[in-house]
Amino acid sequence: MSSVNVQRNLFHKVPPRLRGWVLPVLILAVWWAAVASGASDSPLLVSPLAVWQRGVGQVVSGELWVALSASLWRMAWGFVIGSSIGLAMGALLGWSRWAERLVGPTFHTLKQISLFAWIPMLSMWFGLGDAAKIAFVAMAAFFPVVLNTLEGLRSVPREYLEVARVYEFSVWQTLRRVVAPAAAPSLFTGIQLSLIYSWLATLGAEYLLASGKGIGNTLIDGREHFWMDLVLFGVVVVGLVGFALNALLAALEKRLLAWRDSTIARY
Amino acid sequence: MQKMAIPALNAAGPASPTHPLEPRPDLPARRVAAARTKASWTWAGRSLWAWPFPLAVLALWQLSAIWGWAPEQVLPPPAAVFKVFGELLASGELWDHLRISMVRVFAGFGIGLSLGLLLGGAMGLSPTFRDYVFPLFKAFSQVPVIGWLPLLILVVGIDEALKFLLIAKAALVPVAINTCQGIQNVPNRLVEVARVYGFTRWQMLRKVVFPAATAPIWNGVRYGLTHAWLALVVVELLASSEGIGFLIVYGRQLFQLDVVLAAVLAVGIVGFVIDKLLAVSEAWLLRWRKPGL
Repeated sequence: MSSVNVQRNLFHKVPPRLRGWVLPVLILAVWWAAVASGASDSPLLVSPLAVWQRGVGQVVSGELWVALSASLWRMAWGFVIGSSIGLAMGALLGWSRWAERLVGPTFHTLKQISLFAWIPMLSMWFGLGDAAKIAFVAMAAFFPVVLNTLEGLRSVPREYLEVARVYEFSVWQTLRRVVAPAAAPSLFTGIQLSLIYSWLATLGAEYLLASGKGIGNTLIDGREHFWMDLVLFGVVVVGLVGFALNALLAALEKRLLAWRDSTIARY
Repeated sequence: MQKMAIPALNAAGPASPTHPLEPRPDLPARRVAAARTKASWTWAGRSLWAWPFPLAVLALWQLSAIWGWAPEQVLPPPAAVFKVFGELLASGELWDHLRISMVRVFAGFGIGLSLGLLLGGAMGLSPTFRDYVFPLFKAFSQVPVIGWLPLLILVVGIDEALKFLLIAKAALVPVAINTCQGIQNVPNRLVEVARVYGFTRWQMLRKVVFPAATAPIWNGVRYGLTHAWLALVVVELLASSEGIGFLIVYGRQLFQLDVVLAAVLAVGIVGFVIDKLLAVSEAWLLRWRKPGL
């Protein structure tokens, strides 16, 4: 037991706030040591410094901004188109029983097809340019929004709607005062998922319809030229964009759904 | 074609307290039987309603080919797609590709699932371990599967190892996150009761933690398998010489959209079957739960 206790003490000595840094620093150190000691002469084992320098080079020369803005531009268009169509479709399915019965099953069957399987067909219809990529991103953004809008509308408590009817709310008032607040959390989940899927789809479209500029094309470039530093830098950028999108949405959610906490506190 | 289970809906929605098919002890048997007949009638009605829309789309699509609105190279008629699908099925070609794809998915998923359960379980059970590992894990999961692809191609090449690794990564993240959260969200009162009764560590895990965390963990498994199937298609589209994804690329290269669409159809059917199997196994796993609890 004593050895276990010693181990426990060692692990517990690090203050909790710093514990998250231990593993990354260790990995970086091992990586550095492996390169510095020359244990491997593989061209794939580049030093962390090289990745850093490559990153600085990309930023200074402006190449990163060209690629990043092209990718984000595509993503934004696809996301806006896909999620607005998704919102309309979800509202239709959630609002009208007939639409749900007629179109719902077809929709739920179509969504089983892996997203990326559509790319070769889109390329036949729209070519390899931005139109095909944006169409694909829009498809990726569409499905989560529909599903979560549908769920949000279903989760509106029936009693609330009855009360609204008793008070003779207009359609607009019912939507604004009853349906929107009740469906908001689920709608937000849909938007969040949709944005993450859009980013994923942007990368996928850039790989599979390799033309023009974009972060996906940067990664392909790095791979084709065996520039491991560029590939690693690209992976970091992809992760940072995903992180930034999540953080942005979290902040937005806090602002938009702030009333929720206050309601809970009041009752 | 009946209404399908929607993972996202099932995940969040509360179990309906009065499922129409569930016998209720407070009702006389006659009324239960009547309700059951009615429910099965509505079910039949609903599945009947599912048909007009897709049939109308198919008819319009076929007519567009007959009337020559779109050339066959751009939009092959459904009849041609089904014919090619039948031919691929009969020649065994489709089965061969599917078999290869299924081996890849399940091998990769198996690796990702076991690692995800281990990692998520450890993070859920030990706060110290979570403090050390979770930040790095989170950073790692911010990069989508497809972001790792070029890196892994350089490191491991484009052989089977690449497919297993990517599919495993796709499955690992949702499984680990859901397992960790599922264990952390085990109601405290249950743990306290178990402590009062002097449960051993193993009893606590076996009787309290596992049953309470089964549903969230199973959701993670479900997402994991869906993501694994998605990852398989991407990796086969980009780096493969066999498998269902390759069949799609191959059809595209030959400018044969009917082959592409037939392969897409196969991808959809497999996705459908996987989803159904998961829904059935979930019902079986959680059969001890009383409805409306």
